[in-house]
Amino acid sequence: MLSKSQAKVFFLGGTIVTFAIFLGLSWNSLSNEVPKKTHEENLTPQVISGKHIWEKNNCMGCHTILGEGAYYAPELTKVYERRGEAYIKAAVMSKTPWAPRGRQMVAYAMTEQEANDVVAFLKWIGEVDLNGFPAKPDLKK
Amino acid sequence: MKYKSQKVAYWFFALSMLLLSLQIVYGFIMAFAHMGYDVLHQITPFNTARAVHTNLLVVWLLSGFMGAAYYIIPEEAENELVSVKLAYVQLISLAVVGVVAIVGYHFNYWEGRKFLEIPRPLDWLVVVNVLTFLGIILVTLFKGKKRTTTSLVLTMGLVFAALLYLPGMIWFDNQTMDSFFRWWVVHLWVEGVWELIMGGILAFLLIKITGVDREVIEKWLYVIVGLTFISGILGTGHHYYYIGVGKAWLIIGGIFSAMEPLAFLGMALFAIAMYRKGEKKHPNKIALSWTLGTAIVSFVGAGLLGLAHTLPGVNMYTHGTLVTAMHGHLAFWGAYGMIVLAFISYALPNLTGRKLYDSTTGLLAFWLSNIGMVGMTVAFGVAGVAQVYLERKVGLEFGDVQKEIQVHFVVLAVCATFFTTGIGCYIYEFIKYGRPNDEALETITNL
Ligand code: HEM
Ligand code: HEM
Ligand SMILES: [Fe+2]
Repeated sequence: MLSKSQAKVFFLGGTIVTFAIFLGLSWNSLSNEVPKKTHEENLTPQVISGKHIWEKNNCMGCHTILGEGAYYAPELTKVYERRGEAYIKAAVMSKTPWAPRGRQMVAYAMTEQEANDVVAFLKWIGEVDLNGFPAKPDLKK
Repeated sequence: MKYKSQKVAYWFFALSMLLLSLQIVYGFIMAFAHMGYDVLHQITPFNTARAVHTNLLVVWLLSGFMGAAYYIIPEEAENELVSVKLAYVQLISLAVVGVVAIVGYHFNYWEGRKFLEIPRPLDWLVVVNVLTFLGIILVTLFKGKKRTTTSLVLTMGLVFAALLYLPGMIWFDNQTMDSFFRWWVVHLWVEGVWELIMGGILAFLLIKITGVDREVIEKWLYVIVGLTFISGILGTGHHYYYIGVGKAWLIIGGIFSAMEPLAFLGMALFAIAMYRKGEKKHPNKIALSWTLGTAIVSFVGAGLLGLAHTLPGVNMYTHGTLVTAMHGHLAFWGAYGMIVLAFISYALPNLTGRKLYDSTTGLLAFWLSNIGMVGMTVAFGVAGVAQVYLERKVGLEFGDVQKEIQVHFVVLAVCATFFTTGIGCYIYEFIKYGRPNDEALETITNL
């Protein structure tokens, strides 16, 4: 039967080996894959400013992006492609809560420039290669 | 209790109870918003309610873990805590940071990164707080007479949890990088180092409650935490499928995360086997129910419901839907909520000297909260599956689908009421126990 010291070796050994592999894979992803798949050359100051606005207002507290966030409002990774620039600007610049289907969004009343930054961010994220996510609805007629 | 300094644990538990109650209030705010009654929109829009709900959850769990550590370490190391005063300072600063963060969320003072909403300046206070806590624990442990496996695993979990908070504090311009490192905190916490904390507390409870030989319990503890890390570290890959990194993660994340339930299965079998094997039957029935309960419900909530959406082919459709909320609730509740409540149920009689071992209210608390939470999980699950089908398969608009599934949030609110009644009973008992006192000091061992 397994002894306590063997069990300890299993724990420590397993941890060290898998952690080393994890670090190696992460290093590879961050240095080789992310720059290409996310088109890092397109990360302009405007996109970054858009990201800050996105974070400062906790948009992820209602929406998802890259499938992460909350489940109260639509997934926005592909919103630029789905709705286009004018629609997005109307939503974030609105001075009364934007509520196309009843559910209210916070009225951010952003300036034209802020809205453009947000659009730039959403356009950039829409172009990231996500290994096929989100899937096309396959039962759609 | 055997050491006077263990009394400080009580106040961490009290803070925990307070924050849990508040967490529930914000849960109801969101449930109503989902039902179409977003009546508090002006003061507490959904994103505020959500940040408060999840952050309160994390802080009440951490407060519970800290209290448990302040109780367990003196007893395992056979040494009083090195500074009780500092422990009280740490408690108060924890409460202050928590309150400031939560008030801030009502005034747009946050960083919109799910679970890591605490703004970075406040993060530094969290760091100081946790370092103080770890300092007290580590010095007590190393000055103590004994270093048991149980106390080492618990301490290791706490130290790693602190270290893993740091990657979440780095700034990135690239959303993919942000997401990548956010998971080092979120995933490696709940599916890694927190399991060490849970395992350590569980082992301590089993040693006390079942009377099974420590060597046997601690051997299996190593096996379980070994399984946790071997599957859980590379299992992080199940969050890297669709965020803008390579496809290798689909395979690695899929295989290793599918093995994660083994650790939880181990935990459940371990608790049941030790209970069967134990000759001594501790009279604290309520602590026993919670202890076996946490081992079993965590396997269902984290293990089985995690497995349900962890393979890339399934996750492609369920990723970021209410299916995730279903799993998140039962997993957090079963693994971490229940272990904290198990520990409090065990410790209270010893801290206060009152032995309410099988009161009806105590048992009612256990059953109502669990039945309520299982019901909530089903409600989220039905809503989630319907959402996945209608939105991701049929291709209906998000908003139209949400209207279709509104009714499930009525069910959610009803079940949440059961849950809340259960928690109400628990807190009623907590208050009835009264304050900790030195008369509860024991001279006999092994109680
Ligand atoms: C006690 C342990 C666990 C807890 C507390 C927990 C909790 C959570 C939470 C809160 C999320 C949402 C995270 C976010 O979006 O930021 C999540 C996601 C996820 N969990 Fe767990 N989990 C646990 C264990 C597991 C296990 C063992 C598995 C797999 C077997 C698993 C599989 C998943 C998957 C695949 C997701 C991603 C869902 C998505 O794509 O939207 N979890 N978990
Ligand atoms: C009265 C009880 C509760 C109600 C009504 C409730 C309701 C909710 C709702 C509506 C959400 C947001 C889902 C969304 O984004 O649309 C949520 C999120 C969450 N709640 Fe609760 N909740 C309750 C209690 C709890 C408890 C006791 C726990 C933990 C033990 C918990 C853990 C969570 C977690 C981890 C999330 C984030 C889930 C995710 O992102 O996947 N909740 N809750
Ligand atoms: Fe995970």
